[in-house]
Amino acid sequence: MISVENLCKTFGKLQVLNGVTEHIEKGEQVVIIGPSGSGKSTFLRCLNLLEIPTSGKIFIEGEEITDPHHDINRLRQKMGMVFQQFNLFPHYSVLGNITLAPMKLKKMKAKDAEDLAMSLLSKVGLTAKANVYPAQLSGGQKQRVAIARALAMGPDIMLFDEPTSALDPEMVGEVLKVMADLARDGMTMVLVTHEMAFAKEVAQRVFFMDGGKILEQGTPEELFNHPQEQRTKDFLERVRDCK
Amino acid sequence: MVFAELYDKIYLSLIYADRWKQLFQGLGVTAEITLGALCVGIVLGVLICLMKISGNKPLQWIADIYLTVIRGTPMVVQLLIMWYFVLVAMDNKVLAAIIAFGINSGAYVAEIIRGGILAVDYGQTEAGRSLGLNYVQNMRYIVLPQAFKNALPPLGNELITLFKETAIVGYIALKDLTRAADTIRSATYSPVALFTAALLYLLVVLILTRLLAIFERRLRASDKR
Ligand SMILES: Nc1ncnc2c1ncn2[C@@H]1O[C@H](COP(=O)(O)OP(=O)(O)OP(=O)(O)O)[C@@H](O)[C@H]1O
Ligand SMILES: [Mg+2]
Repeated sequence: MISVENLCKTFGKLQVLNGVTEHIEKGEQVVIIGPSGSGKSTFLRCLNLLEIPTSGKIFIEGEEITDPHHDINRLRQKMGMVFQQFNLFPHYSVLGNITLAPMKLKKMKAKDAEDLAMSLLSKVGLTAKANVYPAQLSGGQKQRVAIARALAMGPDIMLFDEPTSALDPEMVGEVLKVMADLARDGMTMVLVTHEMAFAKEVAQRVFFMDGGKILEQGTPEELFNHPQEQRTKDFLERVRDCK
Repeated sequence: MVFAELYDKIYLSLIYADRWKQLFQGLGVTAEITLGALCVGIVLGVLICLMKISGNKPLQWIADIYLTVIRGTPMVVQLLIMWYFVLVAMDNKVLAAIIAFGINSGAYVAEIIRGGILAVDYGQTEAGRSLGLNYVQNMRYIVLPQAFKNALPPLGNELITLFKETAIVGYIALKDLTRAADTIRSATYSPVALFTAALLYLLVVLILTRLLAIFERRLRASDKR
């Protein structure tokens, strides 16, 4: 479903992605871990072209999206993205946040869009907040609305960039639960996170990124319990020490 | 004795021949030009601002020339050129003044809107674009509404500035508040009409300032809704 060939990205002189080649299957849940600055976000953002790769190719469902003639906006409609900082639209209500894209991009009628939004809100457990504005929500609620918003376009792939990193600890669980539900429904997911326990639970594969490369990858069991590379071991140790 | 003289002057400048009516008619013209120019200025300002941030070189170039010329030359000169050379076919002076001031104001509004856009968190654009909105849709539904909100306080200041700056329309023989007062001055040799005009300007500015402050407070409250 997602194929990446020798993906490189530089910012000025800084080489952030250093030839990433990877394949992600339909229905697979992949977790990306790695030290800060290793290029995790950049990799994720290249997948929906929020960052334009410097070189290399990306194929989504067989189409080369890195081809300059590819319609970026149509691609993005099929890929939802969830951000660390939520990025809800403060001038729209919760309902407005969710219905905006289906109404403007799929020309969905207001009534249908609202029905869709309500069913998504019930999925994330927030029907009671439909008419509230983002400023009135807690962090965990914001992120759940952001997930509902991303789902409203009916994406085939969901990208998550540290969706729980900006949350108070007591709110992490409610967001992870929504994501676990999505995974169980078979959504193709690429997720950058520091939640190792969650990664173990839902991910089929874990990528360890370092220095702009996927240094090592495997099942959660392989990568967490039997890492091969010294850098992976060091990283996992550091993460465990923090806990 | 002194009071009687003062009263005479006031009578002559304001009451005799209903001269106060001229002042208020003048104030009406001033208000008309100000509001008209602000509307033109906002439309033009948004347009110029979008050209400037479009990333399209020729468009940016046109916007830059416009901004440089308008901000680098005196308003009076712009007004005179507009009336005597550009809009020679036009016989509506008020409309000509609205266009001249609107074009001038557009340059300042463009910078105000640009500031408003830059103040919108880039994450908003990323969220909008990641949903599949194109550049124009993202601007229209996500960025500009928030940018306008950011820009409202400085736009209010622009309104007040415009209101005072229109006092030069007498140069094209338009009878605004200033010109009306000056006409009375030359007929009466008394400064009363000019002082009255100053008082009227001040009064309107104070009222506008007050209204804007209330408006801003409301706006800030709505951020927390
Ligand atoms: N737009 C940009 N312009 C310049 N440099 C950038 C830009 N975006 C990212 N970088 C740099 O690229 C490097 C990799 O960034 P990236 O955000 O992909 O790392 P990350 O693995 O997600 O790190 P973190 O865990 O801190 O989020 C960093 O050194 C960062 O400073
Ligand atoms: Mg990151």
